[in-house]
Amino acid sequence: MKVIMCAGPPTSGKTTVLKQSARKLISKGCKLAYLKIDVQFADEDEIFREEFGIPARKLYSGDLCPDHCSVLVLGDAIRWAGQEKADVLFVETAGLCLRCAPYINGSLGIVVLEATSGMNLPRKIGAMLSLADVAVVTKIDLVSQAEKEVFRANITDAADIAVVETDALHGINIEPVVGRIEKMAEIQEPLMLRGSPPVATCTICVGKKDIGWEKHFGIVRTLESDLFYRGQ
Amino acid sequence: MEIKKITVIAGRGRDGKKEPLEGLELQMGDIASIVGPTGSGKTALINDIGLFADGSTPSRRRILINDAAPSREFLEDPSKNPIALITQHTSFLSDMPVYKFLTLHARIRKSGKPEVIVEETLDFANQLTGESIITDSAMTELSGGQSRALLIADAVIIGNSPIILLDEIENAGIDRNKALELLRKYEKIFIFVTHDLGIALLSNYRLVMSGGAMQKLIVTEEEEKRMAEKFKVLDEVTLHFRDRIRAGDRLAEKDLTERLRRAQKTLI
Repeated sequence: MKVIMCAGPPTSGKTTVLKQSARKLISKGCKLAYLKIDVQFADEDEIFREEFGIPARKLYSGDLCPDHCSVLVLGDAIRWAGQEKADVLFVETAGLCLRCAPYINGSLGIVVLEATSGMNLPRKIGAMLSLADVAVVTKIDLVSQAEKEVFRANITDAADIAVVETDALHGINIEPVVGRIEKMAEIQEPLMLRGSPPVATCTICVGKKDIGWEKHFGIVRTLESDLFYRGQ
Repeated sequence: MEIKKITVIAGRGRDGKKEPLEGLELQMGDIASIVGPTGSGKTALINDIGLFADGSTPSRRRILINDAAPSREFLEDPSKNPIALITQHTSFLSDMPVYKFLTLHARIRKSGKPEVIVEETLDFANQLTGESIITDSAMTELSGGQSRALLIADAVIIGNSPIILLDEIENAGIDRNKALELLRKYEKIFIFVTHDLGIALLSNYRLVMSGGAMQKLIVTEEEEKRMAEKFKVLDEVTLHFRDRIRAGDRLAEKDLTERLRRAQKTLI
């Protein structure tokens, strides 16, 4: 299973980037599954199910932080995608809190940033950018050549990662993203979060990076269940 | 990589039929205008060029640079892209101060001493605008005309792009005669989308569009170039009165008569 984890601020174009990538991958015979994790509303699962006919589901994190929710359920989700006979699992995160980053080791971490979002954005989003493998810049058709270049320089100053500029809405220059997915390796156990979450009191917040609700205590959940308490 | 020429290989018009004109080839130093009624596919054509279309856009056109498929590098790193596309929608969204932004861009491009290049860029832009650009103000505070002037100056001088595509420069509220005069000093390929008589006639070629298809390529003849000079004289009469209105003056009919009489001497 190849795992693609897509993060980025709301409305930056995460779904559009994944849709265009999905279209190209499916046309090459790739089998996909899609999971959207959001706080209180998402309909992207329906879009992927209807448009591509692939197994797709969504998960509301509710009172949990969505990135914590991802840590808890991702093990289950990878098994689910395996049962669905998928080769590639797309995980689209909510992208709200900028202190954590949802990427796990061995996944392809994609951060989606809009070119129109202000020149300093790359400096403001911390781990979401610095722990990603590739930054996909969207909406480039709306900004000048000069601003594309300065935005790219601001990204590479903040993080040493690859940058791909796209007009994702029209599927322009999405190939470099697809190429990375084709070339990447399958995910390996043990599944571990790539970076350390910020200091707080839950087991994920204190730095326990193991993936799977079985490895955590306190208020947890599985992919299927509601929240429940695990511990003494 | 030295850019010598750009080629557009025809695709299809909106009706799905092959374009009447088989293609377009422009050499370094050429100026071409794309003309045709609104909705005829002019902007779509420069977008195809700007994106190095490879047969996968709706028009199915293909773009070649120096007779070969463009390098992937052009799209992979914007600073290596030889084409600067300035559309009607392109604007600055950065809240950075003008001077800081331009200096940053000049550094990225390593196009010479940043201070010198930035001064040259501002000087170019200010020659096109009504009021000079205040370099401490944010890019987003610039007026429409100032933004457009700066976009063009940046593409020409800091970006030093060998191929520049300009969509309806005449609508930008900048001095278009001055713009053409300044641009002609730089050895580049310029492609204008235009409804403007003067710009079209001062180009080496005009490409006629309709129904989303390239119809024909007209080489500007000497006679048309002479006519362009005369249209410019007429245009200057109009521009004079436009400037007077902008300055808050009242207009007098006898002033117009006098200017027309003077123009007549050069015209006939």
